[in-house]
Amino acid sequence: MTPATGTPAATGTPGPARPPGPGTAAATAPVRTALRGGGLLVLAGVLLLLVVLSTWIGAKDTGIGQVWSALWTDDGSYTTDVVRELRLPRTLVGLMTGAALGVAGAVMQAVTRNPLADPGLLGVNAGASVAVVFGIGVIQLTGFLSLVWLSFAGAAVTTVLVYLLGASGRAGPTPVRLALAGAAVSASLSGVIAGLTVFDSATYEYLRFWMVGSLAGRDAGLAAQLLPFTLAGLLLALLLARPLNALALGDDLGRALGTRTARTRLAAVVTVTVLCGAATAAAGPIGFVGLVIPLVARWLTGPDLRWVLPYSMLLAPALVLLADVIGRVAVPGDELEVGAVTAVIGAPVFIAMVCRRKEASL
Amino acid sequence: MTTTAPARPPSAPGGGTGTGRRTAVPVRFWSGRVSFRLHRRTALVSAAALLLCAALLLASLCVGAYPVPLPAVADALFYGTGDRLAVHFVNQERLPQALLAILVGAALGVSGAIFQSISRNALASPDVIGFNSGAATGAILVLVTVGSAASTVAAGAIAGGLLTALVVSALASRGGLHGIRLVLIGLGVTAMLGSVNSYLLTRSDLNDAQNAHVWLVGTLAGRGWSSVNTMALALLVLLPLALLLGRRLRMLELGDELASGLGLEVNRARLALTVLGIGLCGVAVASAGPIPFVALAAPQVAVMVSRSPGVSVAASAAMGAVLLSAAHLASGQFFAALAALDAQIGWIDVVSESRRNNLLPVGVTTGVLGGVYLAWVLFRRRGTGSA
Repeated sequence: MTPATGTPAATGTPGPARPPGPGTAAATAPVRTALRGGGLLVLAGVLLLLVVLSTWIGAKDTGIGQVWSALWTDDGSYTTDVVRELRLPRTLVGLMTGAALGVAGAVMQAVTRNPLADPGLLGVNAGASVAVVFGIGVIQLTGFLSLVWLSFAGAAVTTVLVYLLGASGRAGPTPVRLALAGAAVSASLSGVIAGLTVFDSATYEYLRFWMVGSLAGRDAGLAAQLLPFTLAGLLLALLLARPLNALALGDDLGRALGTRTARTRLAAVVTVTVLCGAATAAAGPIGFVGLVIPLVARWLTGPDLRWVLPYSMLLAPALVLLADVIGRVAVPGDELEVGAVTAVIGAPVFIAMVCRRKEASL
Repeated sequence: MTTTAPARPPSAPGGGTGTGRRTAVPVRFWSGRVSFRLHRRTALVSAAALLLCAALLLASLCVGAYPVPLPAVADALFYGTGDRLAVHFVNQERLPQALLAILVGAALGVSGAIFQSISRNALASPDVIGFNSGAATGAILVLVTVGSAASTVAAGAIAGGLLTALVVSALASRGGLHGIRLVLIGLGVTAMLGSVNSYLLTRSDLNDAQNAHVWLVGTLAGRGWSSVNTMALALLVLLPLALLLGRRLRMLELGDELASGLGLEVNRARLALTVLGIGLCGVAVASAGPIPFVALAAPQVAVMVSRSPGVSVAASAAMGAVLLSAAHLASGQFFAALAALDAQIGWIDVVSESRRNNLLPVGVTTGVLGGVYLAWVLFRRRGTGSA
């Protein structure tokens, strides 16, 4: 593993786009922008297709026409109920958690200048898990929505702790300190989780299903509560694209370009917490998406976050929805959780990409 | 662990700490045919760690839910006389488990030292090549299909871990067994196996899943003399090999170019050490499950305490043994304390459920202690700017 020395070249993190040759600048820049924009349109089309598939396909056989009419008119039939009460909210939650995880991952990798940083690295997953275990095993909470809020709170508190620990140094929250602080807090919280669950079968019974990450049974109420957090987080992330691009050049150069490093990092941490915390609270810790999608997005677009973020925002929900649809039909009579499918369909593609690329361009 | 961290800075050769006194002395046997350099403080620290291990071993024979005073322990150990319950606890449960803690800790410490040196990353562990997640898959498969006998689970874990390590290294082996490609492929394979594991855990009977969960946390509970014997045999072969290769480890830490400049066949050394590291980690995981953090912490604590210029295999082994013995002792004590608390105020209903198995899995203790330790190191170094 390359030491995170902070130079973009050594860590393979988003650096500035390679400056084109002097004579070609005017000719190629619009072409590249058009290509990237076109790619974005294609991805949006793919995502739309997956949204359609996700409301169409499932255990109950429905014609596409039935689905269409069910969306607009409530005729009280069973099909309408399935589409309106189950599939549509589930698709919306999938869209939001996917986009949130993908964008949170891209921000996380930019702010830690580490291409291997995972949005859960700030302790979000561990904090949310501890809260769930505490809620079920100790204070015996039962309502699904109250557990969602509790785990969101757990994720937020943990991130604050990680941030304070990471920022306690004289140099402030450097990328490496943030990563190590996250690892330290996550490790001890995992120990606490294990301690609370090894002898408590009832709590473990809940935890083992929660840990996979699933969209099943997520209703319209949850989707509505998730919406403001996701929208706010996505907006904040897009606003951070420019300052984070500057920070990618290193702290000194970034400061020289007018970025306030400490404030940008704090804003980025808040963004990741809101996005990843809400997504994890709603669907459980879905791994892989937040780690790998931003990497793939960067391979497709180059290091400019103003492109990486929108690409991640479309690619990640596409993977989540695809995994969810596949999970519904892959094993007859059983429904695979989305978290159990994402890595299984995503990792082979990712590994093939890693094998084909040159070592230097990873 | 998916973070990168600064490699341990390569320090001055010869172990000079600038005090003027020689900190390393050459030791020769058979008129110089066998020789090595002995870093004085490292040797001292290793010896002290071994003494500490012995003390911890004695302590863990005495304390527990059924306390046995020291004279009675001696009677039970040497003559097999005294209170029958005490004889059973000391000879059949506490002694083998305490010995296993020492052996497993030593194996994890050395394997951590190996992986941290060959990857030149302080946070590296056998996880990097997916060994632990593969071992977990193998163990869970065996647990839910065959049963929970310790030896079959161990076989499943070893098979799964080795297979995964092999696949990852084969996929990454273009251009040498190192670099970001190995890490990324390990990451992908680990994510896939993680999904498979959670799928298996959710689709199996709760009892099996709970057994698998305890195994995944890492525990010494219920281990007896057969595990100790296997572990001791494996270490008897692997530990001397690791000690012999220790010098190459230090050369690899200097970086590939410098190491090959010193006459080391870098790729061959790395391959041999990787195999050795996987073997050590494999036997440890097979006998006690994937205990977290010892492999990560032991080499670093050893370096910090002995102020040695690089990792030392012997000191890492001794430190790993101390760490796991201490965690093992704390685990036993924790439950006794909780039982006392429970008797007084009737707190959480965990104690009664776990009567059958009155040992907190040692992996819980190492995880919590490990995280707190890492946080403390981070906090202590807050003045230096970098990590």
